[in-house]
Amino acid sequence: MSWALEILKASLYAVIVFTFAAVFAAMLGVYLERKISGWIQARVGPKHVGPQGILQTVADTIKLLQKENIVPRNADFLVFSTAPLIVTVAALLGYVVIPWGKLGDWILIVRDLNIGVLYFAAVSSLIVIGILTGGWSSNNKYALLGGLRSASQLISYELPLGFAIISVAMMAGSLSTVDIVNAQRDVWFVFKQPLAFLIFLIAAAAETNRIPFDLPEAESELVAGYFAEYTGMRFALFQLGEYAEMLAMAAMTTVLFLGGWRGPWLPPILWFFIKTYAVVFFFMWVRWTYPRLRIDQLLNLSWKVLLPLGLLNILGTGLVVTLAR
Amino acid sequence: MRGEMAAFILLAAVTVIPAIVVVTSRNIVRAALSLVPTFLGVSGLYVLLQAEFVTAIQVLIYAGAITVLILFVIMLTAGGTGLPVRQVNEQVPLGILVAGALAGGLLFVLLRAPWPMVSGEMPRYNARAIGTALLTNYALVFEVTSLVLLVSLIGAIIIARREGS
Repeated sequence: MSWALEILKASLYAVIVFTFAAVFAAMLGVYLERKISGWIQARVGPKHVGPQGILQTVADTIKLLQKENIVPRNADFLVFSTAPLIVTVAALLGYVVIPWGKLGDWILIVRDLNIGVLYFAAVSSLIVIGILTGGWSSNNKYALLGGLRSASQLISYELPLGFAIISVAMMAGSLSTVDIVNAQRDVWFVFKQPLAFLIFLIAAAAETNRIPFDLPEAESELVAGYFAEYTGMRFALFQLGEYAEMLAMAAMTTVLFLGGWRGPWLPPILWFFIKTYAVVFFFMWVRWTYPRLRIDQLLNLSWKVLLPLGLLNILGTGLVVTLAR
Repeated sequence: MRGEMAAFILLAAVTVIPAIVVVTSRNIVRAALSLVPTFLGVSGLYVLLQAEFVTAIQVLIYAGAITVLILFVIMLTAGGTGLPVRQVNEQVPLGILVAGALAGGLLFVLLRAPWPMVSGEMPRYNARAIGTALLTNYALVFEVTSLVLLVSLIGAIIIARREGS
């Protein structure tokens, strides 16, 4: 009965990691977003619930849990209620291959897949299905427009993202996240692959629908975009998916370019979180200081700038790797 | 072995049940959306076969890109989503006959074919082997496939241009 035990263990892992990651990533993410936006706009941010407003997100979550789930009369109920689940599950699946740190010789990772980074790119490409169907099933023109914008944006930026990942995998000679971190023993890949790092950061911001790439949910044009019709916990699930995806992208940036858990003096797990939250801070900093791009500028940036640059970078990397061998 | 069998039955159900929805649903968006669990079920079968690289590519290309493109096109077509679609016509009996004959023929051949069994350990890292094979023994097939994609791309652009002008 070892396989039954194996399945039970996998489910338990999934529940622990997903609930922890979900609660931690989303709640802390929303709190940080509000605090940092307040700081940038010379406000205080949440202040009243708990010390420095740290429990504000908990209070918001409890409020959202109690709210009624409203389904628009002409919505496709089945698709409407599945869409938030697709977004959340797809965002959380990426956490399987992220190595959070090292305790002694034991690497804190759910499963070190031999296709690690490819798996990450694959599951994060599923998010767009949830966004697209959520926008369509609401039977609302703003939601549909948001969903369609999201589809064109995410498909376009998946390619530069993949190219950046390929350059790093070529340097490391492996697709496994643990091997990639180990390959950065001497020099972080951000110094060896600055162009790939830049492309990855831009594409990651676009993949997580953040300003300056937040056209799918541009509030001044589309009310709230694809989740305009969602209320209560279903709305919260979309938020959870978004922030979980942002943390996953930040963690992946750390793994691919910033040396993962490696660093002097401090324990590895602490290093990992310092680097990851530095990237999260960068995403938020950009969000609250830059205006939004137009859709044509957005697509031009991807197809006419990032894509050729990414291809050239792969060519250069290949040349260097071959000559160095 | 029983665990593998259980996993296979589960994955087969995940693959086949949505596939039936794809060909029977009167709602075209639901039909397109049902392709996603089908593709994911197939990628699960690849995992059972220890072809992890193909699994990831299957999810990335089919579930993540092709389905999205299909949905995108359906939603951009005017009136494409609201109409109930009739997926069957009066030729159902004939279709059943042809499909049944084809399935029988395939089963007959597949059950009799001697499948070569190779024992030994799978390499932990098969992406490298796939890459080497694609650029040496199968380089011609690889290039021809990319040419086919290029031709279809050009064709699509020409059709779109003609309708626009």
